[in-house]
Amino acid sequence: MTNEVCPKGSLMEPLLEMKEIYQAYGKNLVIRNLFLTLKKGQIGCLLGPSGCGKTSVLRTIAGFEKILSGEIMLHGKSVSRNGLSVPPEKRRIGMVFQDYALFPHLTVFDNVAFGLKTDNKARKLTLVSELLEKMDLDRISERYPHELSGGQQQRVALARSLAPGPDLLLMDEPFSNLDATLRESLSLSVRKILKESGATALMVTHNQSEAFAMADEIGVMYEGKIVQWDSAYNLYHRPNSLIVADFVGDGVLLPAVINSNGKVETALGTLNGETVGPVPSGKAIRILIRPEDVVHDDDSPQTAEVVEKSFRGASILYTLLLPDGEKVLSLVPSHHKHPIGSHIGIRAEVTDLVLF
Amino acid sequence: MIIRRLGSNLLPARPSAWRLFAALFAAAVMIPLSIILLSFTKPAGDVWRHLSQTLLTDLIINTLKLAIGVGTVTAILGVSLAWLTAVCEFPGRKFFTWSLFLPLAFPTYVLAFVFLGMLDYSSPLQILLRQHSLPTLSGFRSSWGVIFVMSLSLYPYVYLLARDAFSTQGKRALEAAQSLGHTKTEGFFKVALPMARPWIAGGLMLVLMEVLADFGAVSIFNYDTFTTAIYKAWFGFFSLAAAAQLSSILVVFALIILGIENSLRSRMQFTSMGRDAFRKERLHLGGAMKVFAVSYAFLILFVSFVVPVIQLILWTTASFRYEFSSRYFDFLGHSLVLGIITAAIICLLALILSYAGRHHPDILSSILTRICTMGYALPGTVLAIGIFIPVAAADGFLADAAGALLNVEPGPVLQGTIFVMVAAYIVRFMAPGFNSIDSSMRRITRSIDESARTLGSKGLPMLYRIHLPILKGGLFSAAALVFVDVMKEMPITLMTRPFGWDTLAVKIFELTSEGEWERAALPALTLILVGIIPVALLTRQADD
Amino acid sequence: MTGKYIAMLIMVAIVTLGVIPSTFADEVVVYSARKEHLIKPLFDLYAKETGTKVRYITGNAGVLMQRIKAEGSRTRADILLTVDAGNLWHAADEGLFQPVKSRVLEKNIPSHLRDPDNRWFGLSVRARTIAYNTDRVSPEELSTYENLGSPKWKGRLVLRTSKKVYNQSLTAMLIVEHGLSKTEEIIRSWVHNLSTEPFSSDTKVLESIAAGQGDVGIINTYYFGRLMNKKPGLPLALFWPDQDGNGVHVNISGAGVTTHARHRDEAIKLLEWLSAPAAQTIFADSNMEYPVHNDAKLHSIVKSWGSFRENFINVSRSGELQAEAIKLMDRAGYR
Repeated sequence: MTNEVCPKGSLMEPLLEMKEIYQAYGKNLVIRNLFLTLKKGQIGCLLGPSGCGKTSVLRTIAGFEKILSGEIMLHGKSVSRNGLSVPPEKRRIGMVFQDYALFPHLTVFDNVAFGLKTDNKARKLTLVSELLEKMDLDRISERYPHELSGGQQQRVALARSLAPGPDLLLMDEPFSNLDATLRESLSLSVRKILKESGATALMVTHNQSEAFAMADEIGVMYEGKIVQWDSAYNLYHRPNSLIVADFVGDGVLLPAVINSNGKVETALGTLNGETVGPVPSGKAIRILIRPEDVVHDDDSPQTAEVVEKSFRGASILYTLLLPDGEKVLSLVPSHHKHPIGSHIGIRAEVTDLVLF
Repeated sequence: MIIRRLGSNLLPARPSAWRLFAALFAAAVMIPLSIILLSFTKPAGDVWRHLSQTLLTDLIINTLKLAIGVGTVTAILGVSLAWLTAVCEFPGRKFFTWSLFLPLAFPTYVLAFVFLGMLDYSSPLQILLRQHSLPTLSGFRSSWGVIFVMSLSLYPYVYLLARDAFSTQGKRALEAAQSLGHTKTEGFFKVALPMARPWIAGGLMLVLMEVLADFGAVSIFNYDTFTTAIYKAWFGFFSLAAAAQLSSILVVFALIILGIENSLRSRMQFTSMGRDAFRKERLHLGGAMKVFAVSYAFLILFVSFVVPVIQLILWTTASFRYEFSSRYFDFLGHSLVLGIITAAIICLLALILSYAGRHHPDILSSILTRICTMGYALPGTVLAIGIFIPVAAADGFLADAAGALLNVEPGPVLQGTIFVMVAAYIVRFMAPGFNSIDSSMRRITRSIDESARTLGSKGLPMLYRIHLPILKGGLFSAAALVFVDVMKEMPITLMTRPFGWDTLAVKIFELTSEGEWERAALPALTLILVGIIPVALLTRQADD
Repeated sequence: MTGKYIAMLIMVAIVTLGVIPSTFADEVVVYSARKEHLIKPLFDLYAKETGTKVRYITGNAGVLMQRIKAEGSRTRADILLTVDAGNLWHAADEGLFQPVKSRVLEKNIPSHLRDPDNRWFGLSVRARTIAYNTDRVSPEELSTYENLGSPKWKGRLVLRTSKKVYNQSLTAMLIVEHGLSKTEEIIRSWVHNLSTEPFSSDTKVLESIAAGQGDVGIINTYYFGRLMNKKPGLPLALFWPDQDGNGVHVNISGAGVTTHARHRDEAIKLLEWLSAPAAQTIFADSNMEYPVHNDAKLHSIVKSWGSFRENFINVSRSGELQAEAIKLMDRAGYR
């Protein structure tokens, strides 16, 4: 975990710092020894399955829940500690809840204006109208939440939390209630808005594509800990553990052996490529093989049997059975149609060798 | 524009058997109501003139005083207690959550004579205070006293409904407000409270209907309201016409209240903020607030339930020997039987009504529903008038028919049976039964129905296997509420009971009208002890 | 489908549970405004002596009358037994009673205590008289009912509500004696002297006087008897007003045979039995009232209150003027 020590007040000073956080619900620890840093303007994401504790992290940052031990600092000042918990309304943190929590008795305009502290009606009007226009909500500003579609509600929730200009924006599964196309388009536009406004944000989700589309850096969470905090690319190509490798992207683990030349040998043959990370010692080594690492090549002497296929539009994901009984996945352009039971030629093209 | 409303149906639009039943029932209810309203057109001349000149203004003022007074106090009590028990955490919360419902088992008229007995000028307490030259409480036997007693008896209605609102969206409202820079207090007043408005108002409507319809408590306090005036007109002036005219005014008030309540209940569908998806952590109260919460809840429970029960026990032990007899088992038995029968019938009818509304979610359905539940706002005396007359006519018709066809001279067929009584109960108490069941019914979403149909289940089997289990909670609440209400009911029973069908409520009234409060304590205590059981079961069920 | 059957079953159950009433030969049906514990012993005795069963329901007088009226010719009531002459008058006025010619009844019951047209008959007498706090009032200060309106009683008078028929009859009698306008003055002066809002029962009036909230009040004698029985130490006593004038206002409890009675003869027989000295004593004693029959023995406690001159105006006039009385009291602000 990169945890640079920065002089206070510098541009590089982290906006959010979480150190050694432990939190429990009843007798169960939900957050264990968690470290997290976010710089100003960064969009971070906690990615993990349900129950991994990611929402709890969000709620402790917001101040809705107290931590057992550790420290949470905003702008270098401590907000949560054993014996200290600054109330949520004083933290200048905005939150978008999973179910949006729009106030049903207020119009869109009033919802968005709710967090504004100014009494100046004119200023309020300007601020809110500008924001609504930016988020394409100006035409429905007099509607009530129950009259809006899911996408509209989500944008209102976002606008509402952005309006007071918070230091940090927290988002709890912001797109989980929307359909796939909406999710995609909204992810991009929300990211754009956040970047334009220079907001610092932390979102949590279990959906990888959301995380990849929205965040600068992603932390994979598992059982209360952040297992790897990295860019999307690195999480995908350089997972630091089985947990990450398993959760992020598709793939299989093949048994591997390091031969006398220091090269990696597998059932797919000897692999050329750079090893990533430390080479594990011992006999039982395995290597991560992603679907795009197995290329379909009619001219290749090596073949495998098609046991499953999954049409993906542009490509087909084949599950192939290797002669030694191991299975691999292969992503093939979809005009290569091969029936189940047939044998196709394959070739390994692995650049990053991820060994466990 | 997508309106998420459980409205548009994919079920056939032609009138179903449900609607037919509902219409028949509504027609039956309309009979007594129209008789009352029609009497408004009959000239009651002299008596009416006298009443309107001397009494009407006072009646209206008194009724308004009660409505505003009781409404305000129950709102404050109900909302504050609901917030504390639904959202916050403090020592004893679980206990208080259900025990604060206990006053529901107390008929208002029992609470009235208990408090008067304790606090009036000549009560032992006041005598004691005077003997020791301590400050005494004067003026209890006034509108303040009535408001006090009624509020303590009726706040559970607001408490119940406000809890509903707060427990599903109270905390979330606060958090949303806090995330926007408002303190918890601001969040309560600006968000949580306004959002709970439909529920709170619903509870207040129930309270107001009870206030309008009350006869026992105001009689004991000798406080003039419409019900006492109706009684006076009918049995003092022997002018059914004048009594009916006064009743029709009450009916108009009742319609207004019911109209408001109905529109509020439909608003509730739109006013949901979505349930708390995350686990339910309560708001832990800090030191001083914790003490306050416990003391407050305890104080209310103490005054509204513990103290009256203790007083009743004291009186009962004093009078037990000469009051108790084997007849008491009969009284108890009658009360129980009537309660159970009425509860069963009302549940059945309410189910039919609710289904009718579900299959035909249109204006006609809401009108029918409104008619069928209107009885709740009518005093028992008024209803009895309205039911008596058609029953007597029907009896006459049946007897004539029997005489003509079979050449026999039968006695009255319907009168003198509990038919009249139960019919009046049904009209009177349809509302609480229906509301519970209908609320549960609305939880059965369209998609539940549709998935059931795709799995091959529809019609009555679907009702059985899928709806009934979901409705179980509502059915149980309805049955319990109606049961307790019937047990407490007094005016209708007083007027329409057949030979040997005295109930505990009747006994209480007989004794209190003679000023024999100590003797009335025994039946009162019995009534309450029996009533506690369904109330406690009901509220345990609603507990978080 | 099953729903409908269940509904039908329930309907059947209700009707049968209500027990379709049928009438038996040897019985009398009484609708009684007198409370059960006052009539049951007597009716049981009658059944034992004569073998005729008496079936009854109790209720409020006005309620019972409206019920008989609504039941019309189908009514099951043979006798309406009620308290207060006003109620009896109204019942007769509404045509609920039929005239009964009975020498026995005429002999046993003084004429001012029964209907001039023989439609109803008094069976016991209650006096509505003055009660006072013995610690603060001496009997010399008291004289008549009207006098309670004089300035010396300001803030010292305690009354029961005007809604109770006993007070309505009292007022009606005052109207007979003094006319409308004077009576309204009298009532106003009473209201003026009230120490507290009217109570809903005589017992509470008495307790209030005993506690010192007021000093004098008007009550029925038997409430006095009951209360003193329970709490002998109370500083209360009875006073018989107007002994030099019209006398103490009395009222009756009484009964008549209903117009559509099915057991007319049995009903008359019951009434005659009730008017005889033996039954009279039981009837009156059970509630510390006075029997109508001059030869019947008095309850010992009742006897201890002393004798008094009673008002001989026919009690039926209370009924005649009841509506006027109520209106008058409303106008005078007597709640």
